[in-house]
Amino acid sequence: MTAPQIAAVPSRGVARIRAAFENARAEGRAAFIPFMTAGYPSAAAFPALADDLLARADVLEVGLPYSDPLGDGPTIQRASEQALADGTSTRGTIELIRELRTRHDTPIVIMTYVNPIYAVGPREFMRLAQEAGVDGLILPDLPPDQDLEIAGLAAEHGLAVTFLIAPTSTPERIKLVAEACTGFVYAVSVTGVTGAREGTALGEVPAMLALARQHTDVPIAVGFGVKDAQTAHEVAMLADGVVVGSAFINAVRDGQDVSALVGRLADGCMR
Amino acid sequence: MTLTLPSYPQPDERGRFGRFGGRYVPETLIPALDSLEAAYREAKTDPTFLGELERLLRDFVGRPSGLYLAERLTEHAGGAKIYLKREDQNYTGAHKINNCLAQALLARRMGKRRVIAETGAGQHGVASATAAALLGLDCVVYMGVEDMRRQELNVFRMRLLGAEVIPVTSGTSTLKDATNEAIRDWVTNVRDTFYILGSVVGPHPYPAMVRDFQSVIGEETKWQLKELEGREVPDVIVACVGGGSNAIGIFAPYAYLPEAQRPRLIGTEAAGEGVETGRHAASVAGGRIGVLHGAMMYLLHDHEGQITPPHSISAGLDYPGIGPEHCLYSETGVAEYVPVTDAQAMEGLQLLTRLEGIIPALESAHAIYHAVQLAPTLSPDQIIVVNLSGRGDKDVAEVMRLLAKAEDAPGNVTGPEVLA
Repeated sequence: MTAPQIAAVPSRGVARIRAAFENARAEGRAAFIPFMTAGYPSAAAFPALADDLLARADVLEVGLPYSDPLGDGPTIQRASEQALADGTSTRGTIELIRELRTRHDTPIVIMTYVNPIYAVGPREFMRLAQEAGVDGLILPDLPPDQDLEIAGLAAEHGLAVTFLIAPTSTPERIKLVAEACTGFVYAVSVTGVTGAREGTALGEVPAMLALARQHTDVPIAVGFGVKDAQTAHEVAMLADGVVVGSAFINAVRDGQDVSALVGRLADGCMR
Repeated sequence: MTLTLPSYPQPDERGRFGRFGGRYVPETLIPALDSLEAAYREAKTDPTFLGELERLLRDFVGRPSGLYLAERLTEHAGGAKIYLKREDQNYTGAHKINNCLAQALLARRMGKRRVIAETGAGQHGVASATAAALLGLDCVVYMGVEDMRRQELNVFRMRLLGAEVIPVTSGTSTLKDATNEAIRDWVTNVRDTFYILGSVVGPHPYPAMVRDFQSVIGEETKWQLKELEGREVPDVIVACVGGGSNAIGIFAPYAYLPEAQRPRLIGTEAAGEGVETGRHAASVAGGRIGVLHGAMMYLLHDHEGQITPPHSISAGLDYPGIGPEHCLYSETGVAEYVPVTDAQAMEGLQLLTRLEGIIPALESAHAIYHAVQLAPTLSPDQIIVVNLSGRGDKDVAEVMRLLAKAEDAPGNVTGPEVLA
C-alpha cells in the first residue's frame, strides 16, 4: 500500500497550524491543544466554554459529536450523546465553529469519524468546513491508506489533515501515516481509547516519536490520557504539542472551574 | 483430513468487496488486523488447524447438520419443495458455533489467552463462551442491557460457561453498542486479546474469514442435496440477514457460480414494524451507504451520518448494517434482499412449529415466512432451501410475552389463531 499523494496546493490550514506550533516553540512551550465536544454541555453553553479554552489554546480541537465513537472512552462518548440529544448536528458543529471565528483567530480543527463526512458528502463537507474557517481535520477511524479522496479534497479546500499513530504501529505504518499528515501528526500515547488515566506511562512514546520524525517535518502532538499539569509537562518535554480532552469534559461535568484547569494545563506545556 | 476452506474471488487484497468493506478503524488496530490476516492465511492451509477444526465440527458441534425435507410445510405452502438446512441442530443451537470454534482455535494458535465477543441474541456470546471453555481461554462478552433483558437465559448460560458478561448501556443498548464496546476493549487490550467477531461485518479480514468459516453450511448443502435430489444446486436459497453470517455461509458456495447455474439467493431483512414506519432493521431496503464498525456497507443513518436505531423483534437481526459482501451481492444482483416484518416472522415461527414440530429462532422465522410466500409461485419439481440458522429456545419467553400481548389486541396478525 502506498501513501496518498496530497495535492501540492498551498493550504491555508497547514500554514496556520504550522505557525501556531512555531509560535509556541519560540515561546519555549509545546503547543497546547485542548479538545471539546461541540455542543457540550449544551449548544447554548458551548461557545463560552470554547472561549475559556481558546484563551490559552494554540490550536482548538472540536469534536463532532457522533453516535458511535469507537475510538473514544466513556467520557467523550457520553459528552457526544449529550450533545446529540441537545440537537447538535454535523452542520450545527460547523456553525458553532463559524461563530467562534467571529471572535478568535486561533486555528481550529474538527475531530470527526468518517461517517458524517460520507453522509454529508466529502466535497460538501470540506466546502462547509472551509467556509466556516475550519483549519483542519483529525480522523481517528481513517487510516490514510483507506481513502485517498478525503485527504485530497481537504487539501483542495485549504484544510490540513491529521491521522493517528499508535504504540502498536509498525515502522512501516508510522512512515505511511507520518507522510500523509499535513497539519500535525497525532501520536496516541497508549493502546486504548481516549480518557484521563491514572499513571499514564510514556514509555513507548519517545521511540514512536523518533521513528515518526524520520519521515516528516510536520509537528507531532501527543494525546490520550493527559489529565493534569504534570502529565502535560512530561508530554511537552517530548512532543511538539499536547492534546487534552477528557479532563476538560470531566471538569465541566463535575462543575469545576474550567478556566483554572485550562491555565494549569497550558502552564504545564511550558518546557 | 478432508476439510478444506474455500477460496473466493472476493474481497480484493485491500479487503474490499467492490466499494464495500475496508478497514475504517483506529490505527492502533491496523497491525493487529494485519497479523490476524497473516495468521488466518497460514492456518487456512495448515492440516493441523484444519484437522482440529474438522474434528470439533464433527464430534463437538455434531456436523453435518441435517438437510430436511419439510413435507407438511411444503404441503401447506403448495408449490416448490421446501428443505430446511438444520443449523438449529448444532450444539449451542445455531450456526454461530461454526465460526466461534474456528476463531477460538485461531486465537489459541496466535498465543492469545483472552477472547472477547459481542452478542445481540446471545447465540454468538454463548458459542464464544463455549469455545473458550473448551479451549481454556478467558472470555468476556459485551451485550446491550436491552438484549440482556430479552435473552436472560443466554446471559445465564454464558456466565455458567465461565464468561464475564458486561452490560452495555450506551446508545441503544443493543448489538450495535455492544460491538462498539468490544472494539474499544480490543483497542485497549489488542496485544493479548483476540476479538471473536460474530458476523460478516467489521474490518477486513473479518467479513472474509467469518464467511469462510460459515461456508461449511453451503458446502454441506451441495452434497446433501446431491444425495437427496440428484443435484447440488437448488432453485432458491432463503436465509435471514442481520449482519448476514448464516446467509453468507449458505450463499457464498453458490454465489460465485456462473449466472446460469446460480440459484436465486434471497436474504430476508428484518422489516420490523414495516420499512415505511422507520422502525426496522432493513439496511438494504431502508439504508444508504456508510461506515460502521470498520466497514463500508449499507447502513441505517440520518443525512448527517448519525446511526439511527434499528428495530427488530429478533435481537440477532437488530443491527443497523449488513455485511459488505451482501452489499456487493445486492448491487450486482447476485442476491436479492426482501423485507419481512415482525408480524410476518411471528407467523413463520408459528407455522413451522405447528406443522413440523420445529421451533425456529425468530431470526430464522423471517426466512421461513418468505419461503412459504414464494413456494406457491414455483412448481413442485423446484426446490427451495431455507437456512434454519438457529432454534427458538432462546426466544420462547419473548414469544410468549408477544403472543399474550397480541391476544389482548384482537385482529392482530401475530395472534395465535394464524393457522385456524
